[in-house]
Amino acid sequence: MSATPKRRKPPRVGDGTLFRRLLIGIVLIVGAFLILAPLLIIGVEAFSKGWQVYRDTIAHPDTLHAIGLTVLTALVAVPVNTAFGVAAAWSITKFDFRGKRFLLVVIEIPFSVSPIVAGVAYLFVYGLQGIFGPTLDDYGVKILFAIPGIILASMFVTAPFVARELIPLMQAQGRDLEEAATSLGASGWRTFFSVTLPNIKWALLYGVVLCNARVMGEFGAVSVVSGNIRGQTNTLPLHIELLYHDYQAAGAFAASSILALIAVFTIIAKVALERQGAGRVRRPATRPALVANPAEKTS
Amino acid sequence: MKIRLDHVVKTFETFRAVRDVSLEIESGELVALLGPSGSGKTTILRMVAGLEYADGGHIYFGDQDATDIPVRDRGVGFVFQHYALFPHMTVAENIAFGMKVSRVKREKAAIEARVAELLRLVRLEGLGDRFPAQISGGQRQRVALARALSVDPKVLLLDEPFGALDANVRHDLRRWLREIHRELGITTIFVTHDQEEALDLADRVVILKDGHIIQQGTAEEVCRNPQSAFVMKFLGDANVLAAEVRDGRAYASGAAIDVSGMADGKAELYARPADLDWSAQGPGIPASITRVLDRPDGRRVLATAETGEQLEFDVEPERALQAGDGGFVTLRRAKVFALG
Repeated sequence: MSATPKRRKPPRVGDGTLFRRLLIGIVLIVGAFLILAPLLIIGVEAFSKGWQVYRDTIAHPDTLHAIGLTVLTALVAVPVNTAFGVAAAWSITKFDFRGKRFLLVVIEIPFSVSPIVAGVAYLFVYGLQGIFGPTLDDYGVKILFAIPGIILASMFVTAPFVARELIPLMQAQGRDLEEAATSLGASGWRTFFSVTLPNIKWALLYGVVLCNARVMGEFGAVSVVSGNIRGQTNTLPLHIELLYHDYQAAGAFAASSILALIAVFTIIAKVALERQGAGRVRRPATRPALVANPAEKTS
Repeated sequence: MKIRLDHVVKTFETFRAVRDVSLEIESGELVALLGPSGSGKTTILRMVAGLEYADGGHIYFGDQDATDIPVRDRGVGFVFQHYALFPHMTVAENIAFGMKVSRVKREKAAIEARVAELLRLVRLEGLGDRFPAQISGGQRQRVALARALSVDPKVLLLDEPFGALDANVRHDLRRWLREIHRELGITTIFVTHDQEEALDLADRVVILKDGHIIQQGTAEEVCRNPQSAFVMKFLGDANVLAAEVRDGRAYASGAAIDVSGMADGKAELYARPADLDWSAQGPGIPASITRVLDRPDGRRVLATAETGEQLEFDVEPERALQAGDGGFVTLRRAKVFALG
């Protein structure tokens, strides 16, 4: 047996040095060109015409209105979808009923379908040539090319976010905790607020953050139903497109920088929440377990 | 509190988990529901708790029909197989939960005093501010018990209470649960698939199979007088020999045993490993030894009878036997059950 092997073996199968460096290198380069560079460009271009232009673009009434509308949409869509997500996850994980699998599939649809399809579908349902459109119009209710349409389209697109985060977690947790609480005399509400909610709160927040990011950034579905009326039905993403088509590149980048900023905050929140145990199936503890207690007698 | 189950039935979709079970549990009794998986034992326990509703029949707590009382108002203490401790609450908060959510309002000081008392009872003084993840499995089990006891339940129900613990801890906790039961005198039902646990711990063992009660009685009654081959096999290791009953005696490949009163015909003879012995001369079942397993408390001998039947029996540690030896297996006692 040779005492000193000439070449060190890779620690694991498939862990050769060349292969590892090559793979990591490729991923880094592609990531830089594909994701990082465009984001940096936004920052650079937004200020290319100077701070003044940047501030003017942001302060322009149309931009401010677009920001306001986006925030309003999020303020309605996110809470509604959070409630829907909790209800859906609860039904799917805690009850047995017919059509459970079907409901799971339905919840996933907005993920797999192009948002523009959702927009077009809303046209058919609420448009003047649509099913409910004429009736609603008779009563003076405007859904399309108005705020309700924008909110509905955003909600469609983001419906799965909260439920998707909660379902695997609640499935792993099972019904034991709720059953224990009920057998100890807790009411349904009490059980939900003092037992269920504390155990899903990080995953729930994680879902809310993702949902919010998507609501604020949604373009496809909203662009069909909003009608792109400047200063009236333009959300931030639509406003960016409008600025761009008006050859106001710096303005478009300035407005984009706001969305990019929201994205950065989302990522930070996401990482922070993941540290707290969300986005992954139940951790055994919220604190590191201590070594077994030396004073323990019986076990 | 006396518990009575009266022709209780439960079906899940198409699976009939519990079929027409009637059972009476005296006040203060400690009863084990013993059976293999799928025998309906956990379902019965959950119906007594009110976590499942019976499809048919009635469950009485004392003279009161509790069949339709929801779990919240039924006043039972339930200990879950995997404890179901609230992971975000400390041990003390877990134990206090039932008193805090109760419809009976309690003073904060009274709750604290009761928590301290329960921690003492389950011997976990000083661990009140730990989280469940920071204590051992055996300690979690005791917290779960303290939590179940906190609401002064009329009945204590335990689902596989020691199933997730290792052998040593299980042994200690078993004795300890027995002590607590004696101290509190609370009617207790526990579910287990471990015969030893049921026999060691319970005043009365109820053996279940396929949703039916097969046999019930004290440990002594079910061990000494199993009424079916299933109970005989389920309670412990047993050798099975084809036998034939003629004129009040059962004959099985060279051995015979008195079974006066049994009708003639084909039968099966069951004998525990300790009921068999080995001798160099007959009479007995001619056999040859295939293996000898050495164990802390003796030697387990595996032998093949001339008829091809496999036999297992125990001998003292000093007996010099080895694979290849020929001789006779003798029968000290056995149970014979008619076939068909």
